[in-house]
Amino acid sequence: MAFALSSCSQSTKDETASASCAKADLQTLNAGTLTIATGQPAYYPWVIDDKPESGEGFEAAVAYAVAEKLGFTKDEVTWVRTTFDGAIAPGDKTFDFNLQQFSITDERKNAVDFSTPYYTAPQAIVSFKGSKVAKATTLTELKSAKLGAAVGTTSLDAISNQIGGTPQVFNDNAAAVSALKNKQIDGLVVDLPTAFYLSAVEVPNGLIVGQLPSTGSGDQFGLLLAKGSPLTACVSQAVDAITADGSLDAITTKWLSTDAGAPILKP
Amino acid sequence: MNDKWLPSPRELIRQERRKKLAQRKFLIASLSTFIVLAGLITLVVTSPGWDIVKKTFFDLDYGREVFPTVIKGIFLNIKLTIIGSICIGAIALLLAILRTTRSAALTPFRLLATAYVDIFRGIPLLLVIFLIGFGVPALGLKGLTSNVTILGTAAVVITYSAYVAEVIRSGILSIHPSQRAAARSLGLTHAQSMRHIVLPQALRRVVPPLLNDFVALLKDTGLVSILGVIDAIRAAQINASRTFNYTPYVVAALLFLCITIPLTRYTDRALRNTYARQNSEGAI
Repeated sequence: MAFALSSCSQSTKDETASASCAKADLQTLNAGTLTIATGQPAYYPWVIDDKPESGEGFEAAVAYAVAEKLGFTKDEVTWVRTTFDGAIAPGDKTFDFNLQQFSITDERKNAVDFSTPYYTAPQAIVSFKGSKVAKATTLTELKSAKLGAAVGTTSLDAISNQIGGTPQVFNDNAAAVSALKNKQIDGLVVDLPTAFYLSAVEVPNGLIVGQLPSTGSGDQFGLLLAKGSPLTACVSQAVDAITADGSLDAITTKWLSTDAGAPILKP
Repeated sequence: MNDKWLPSPRELIRQERRKKLAQRKFLIASLSTFIVLAGLITLVVTSPGWDIVKKTFFDLDYGREVFPTVIKGIFLNIKLTIIGSICIGAIALLLAILRTTRSAALTPFRLLATAYVDIFRGIPLLLVIFLIGFGVPALGLKGLTSNVTILGTAAVVITYSAYVAEVIRSGILSIHPSQRAAARSLGLTHAQSMRHIVLPQALRRVVPPLLNDFVALLKDTGLVSILGVIDAIRAAQINASRTFNYTPYVVAALLFLCITIPLTRYTDRALRNTYARQNSEGAI
């Protein structure tokens, strides 16, 4: 009887978030290890040199900071890779949480869980000198151009909803960047930090045309978890903790210092 | 001798008997089909996950909503297939003829044709599309288009020509040597016997496998979507990844079937007489 009563109190304890976020209570995929997923390849400045295990890069650093708040040391973290689209599709996951610049949208919430946001990034357009859109300042000038985006991204939605016109859709950003380098598309829509990297490093004579005006939704990045995952509350708590104690700000300043410099395009 | 043939009484009895047997066969076939189908449908509908599958894969309203975009994509597939198959037919025929010549003067072309077939049957189609779609414009040669639709179609045409060339070559080789001997004895040259005797028979013989390749081509044109073009499958994928409802995929699949099934049935019907004459299709 006493045993039953104590097990009763155990279940009510689980409902209060703070108690169940102890490392021993976390129902990770593999006991004692935290499995984190990211993209293949993982780009600068989110991960440096495609090596998230090093902790170098904005998202790699955020992942390790969250893991620390949950009670996992660097050795107890395992990294796996997933495709962007595949991680959002409903079904069993190979990770505890996934971070590769996933924007939080309501439709995605039907299929997966999100933590509280860890970054806010608008969409921007990467192009090259001498392209059709290099000098564009308004969205209407972009409408007739050939713009590309990866399938399943909010960048693709931005082209359809904010700019209009038919987008060129690619499997991933790597294919889209190839098309941009070959001048097969006039511009590529990605989030702003990726746009800085691509225009500076990947695309010859690259430049940023501008950033799209904020729509409110689709600009915030969150950690992605399986729908109804038991870890969601604790992971959100960890994100809130690193936001509150200033370590997230420090990470943002260290890895994403170039945040200004892209003009906002007018409608 | 000028009277129309009238069946004898015994023949009439035979016809009557055959008719009765045919009717019985038909009844048994219908009953058996009905039982099996009913069993399968019951099995599917009473399975535990059926409600979720119905909502995720067979949502009628969402299917109607995405129909215009998917059908626009399939028109692109059809267009590329028609243009592609004409080019493939021409190139493949040329390759097959080159490979089956016995002239000494044409040896280098025969070797080239063999090398071409070996290489492009060996490299996966997806790789060829990547290499040509992204690689050729990177070379920056003047005069070469960088339009992804044209490059993607070119990649598909180049690869499929290799396969279809082999199919046509097997048809040519399957013509009995007596045909060629007869042509020689009539004084026809190699080229003339090919044109008038061998190829007409060979091409008619390989229509089933060619139709196979045509249907496969219809679906493989969808691979040019990795270069950025929106075809039926990509249109379905865009819609599905937005809402996580996979009905667009089912819609695209049904549209493809709507094209391929009538095509195959029609071709079978059109060639029924030919088969009856040439092969054992007209077996008792």
